[in-house]
Amino acid sequence: MTAHSNYRELFDAATVGTAGKDWLPKLKIAAIEQFEAAGFPTTRDEDWHFTSVTPIAERTFRPVKPSKTALTADDIAPFTYGRDDWHLLVFVNGKYEPSLSNFAELDVDAQVMTFGEALKEAPELLAERLGTLAPAKQAFTALNTAFMADGVVVRVPADVALDTPIHILYLVDAHANNGSLHPRTLVIAERGAQATLIETFATLGGGAYFTNHVAEVIVGDNARVDHYKVQREGAEAFHVGTTQATQGRDSIYHAFTFTTGAQLSRTNVYSRLLGANSEVRLNGLYALEETQHADNQTFVEHIAPACSSREVYKGILDGASHGVFNGKVYVAPQAQQTDGKQTNHALLIGDGARVDTKPQLEIFADDVKCTHGATVGRLDEMAKFYMKSRGIGAERTRALLTYAFAAEVLELIELEPLKVALEGLLFDRFIPPETA
Amino acid sequence: MLKIENLTANAGGKQILKGISLTVNPGEVHAIMGPNGSGKSTLAQVIAGHPGYEVTGGTVTYEGQDLLALDAEVRAQQGIFLAFQYPVEIPGVSNAYFLRAAYNEIRKARGEEEVDPMEFLDLMAQKLKIVEMTEEMLQRSVNAGFSGGEKKRNEILQMAVLDPKLAILDETDSGLDIDALRIVAEGVNKLKRPDNATVVVTHYQRLLNYIVPDYVHVLAQGRIVRSGGKELALELEEKGYDWLLEPAGASA
Repeated sequence: MTAHSNYRELFDAATVGTAGKDWLPKLKIAAIEQFEAAGFPTTRDEDWHFTSVTPIAERTFRPVKPSKTALTADDIAPFTYGRDDWHLLVFVNGKYEPSLSNFAELDVDAQVMTFGEALKEAPELLAERLGTLAPAKQAFTALNTAFMADGVVVRVPADVALDTPIHILYLVDAHANNGSLHPRTLVIAERGAQATLIETFATLGGGAYFTNHVAEVIVGDNARVDHYKVQREGAEAFHVGTTQATQGRDSIYHAFTFTTGAQLSRTNVYSRLLGANSEVRLNGLYALEETQHADNQTFVEHIAPACSSREVYKGILDGASHGVFNGKVYVAPQAQQTDGKQTNHALLIGDGARVDTKPQLEIFADDVKCTHGATVGRLDEMAKFYMKSRGIGAERTRALLTYAFAAEVLELIELEPLKVALEGLLFDRFIPPETA
Repeated sequence: MLKIENLTANAGGKQILKGISLTVNPGEVHAIMGPNGSGKSTLAQVIAGHPGYEVTGGTVTYEGQDLLALDAEVRAQQGIFLAFQYPVEIPGVSNAYFLRAAYNEIRKARGEEEVDPMEFLDLMAQKLKIVEMTEEMLQRSVNAGFSGGEKKRNEILQMAVLDPKLAILDETDSGLDIDALRIVAEGVNKLKRPDNATVVVTHYQRLLNYIVPDYVHVLAQGRIVRSGGKELALELEEKGYDWLLEPAGASA
């Protein structure tokens, strides 16, 4: 029996439910059929050449079990970046936990809803938008659509700025072992709207679970969305995530992907530039150790003219870890005056570490500026000498310069408290405590 | 304090230093001048312990010990300081953290107790004045986004904090406007004591109007071709370097 037919059985065994009238069951049934037809990708697929998902495909992850222990504010404190003034939606083992969430009344006219609430309060919006950006042709997206049970829907109406960041925290505890979660995010920023979203994936001892996340982000004309993803899953966990944005004219979409978790992860961040003069920035940092494998794929589709795309990804690879970066840029024939720049740098600190990096440019317009650059290396000798010439020993020099390599890309995070918190995480990770 | 005898060194298989001899005593200021490519910066970096140069001959004795046997960090811990021509940017590491880490390493090596961040800030308050810098500079990442002048002032700030016995300033005047040059030079002068020494590496005489040397050495083609007092710098200013250079092929 193949792995994907197990998911069909699980799907059939679960009640598809009657929520969402008939459009939702239809969407889900279509998705499981697409998943069945596609099956899990293999390394023969060009998009998965360097990443084998066999460890995911050979298991059958059942929909995750709810947590049996009541978590407290202290349990989630390590994951909230020290902010109690942000909107916080906490999901534990995939289920929304109102008692842990800090979801104050919005001071502006906008909607932030869990999936369940959205089905009741804004079913038309969901029916119209859900699944339109991230079509189910990708197996993992199809699987998410078939099994999605909860998630968050954000809608910011025209010309409204939602200044307070929205933090969605997906926490998993030990009851999630061998389970799967398929959280779903839908963000709609209408014309001239603004929103900042942070999605954090973290664990409190979750074992070998599988998070399969999909986010769809619609950035309207002249709108701006800042979207941060912090993936700190457990050491045995699997994480696959796809974010698909579309952008209208004069819009801005900034995404940052921070990856330190999971034994195997694949994070896709895609944006389709549909309106002229729009700007996208897809940045990221991954720090891996031992035998971790993290694959980051970006895809920018320049459909409209005069748009700019900027991508900076950095990776630090310790132990025998393996990083993959695949940055795809497509420039349509009509997308003249496209300005695209992509760089990625990897620092190999482990003797067995490896990185595969593949820029992929497909350019069909003639008046474009598209560059890409990649470096793979070790610490800069001059910087090492500089530190040592100040009396700092070899070990601390290495630690500080490794941290500095990472901190440089964190500078691109515009949400200051998040930047500071992530700097702190990396500082503690790379820099040994001072000997008192 | 420092005795260099017949030092030769290679970089990338090419001989850069071709037999340098130089003695520096406590309380002295030496200027090493010379045209571009003469080996001035190489000499500075070899003394500080840059691993990219291969010392092929000669000896360097510092306070009675074989300096060349020591790693760069040990040299620093024992009182050697190099102000870099191109200070390195270290994003994400604050100046305060970096300086305190360095300061504590050097205190440890001297058998002194390490200081905590509060004590360190008190110390910094005095040191910042020496180079006319504000506390805000301490919170910025080391040299990241600093102007050329700020970088050089930051080098002198580090020198003030680490309190070296032997300070080597490598082209500290390059890229400085006259105000920054004055601040940097005055900083160096304030740090001068009878028990420490300064070696100023420079292409131009300009810096020596502010930091007055006891001795001037002219380095050309990897050798010291002339040594003299401070008046030699003025002579170089007037006549350039050409009169001191060997005609091409003369050494072959």
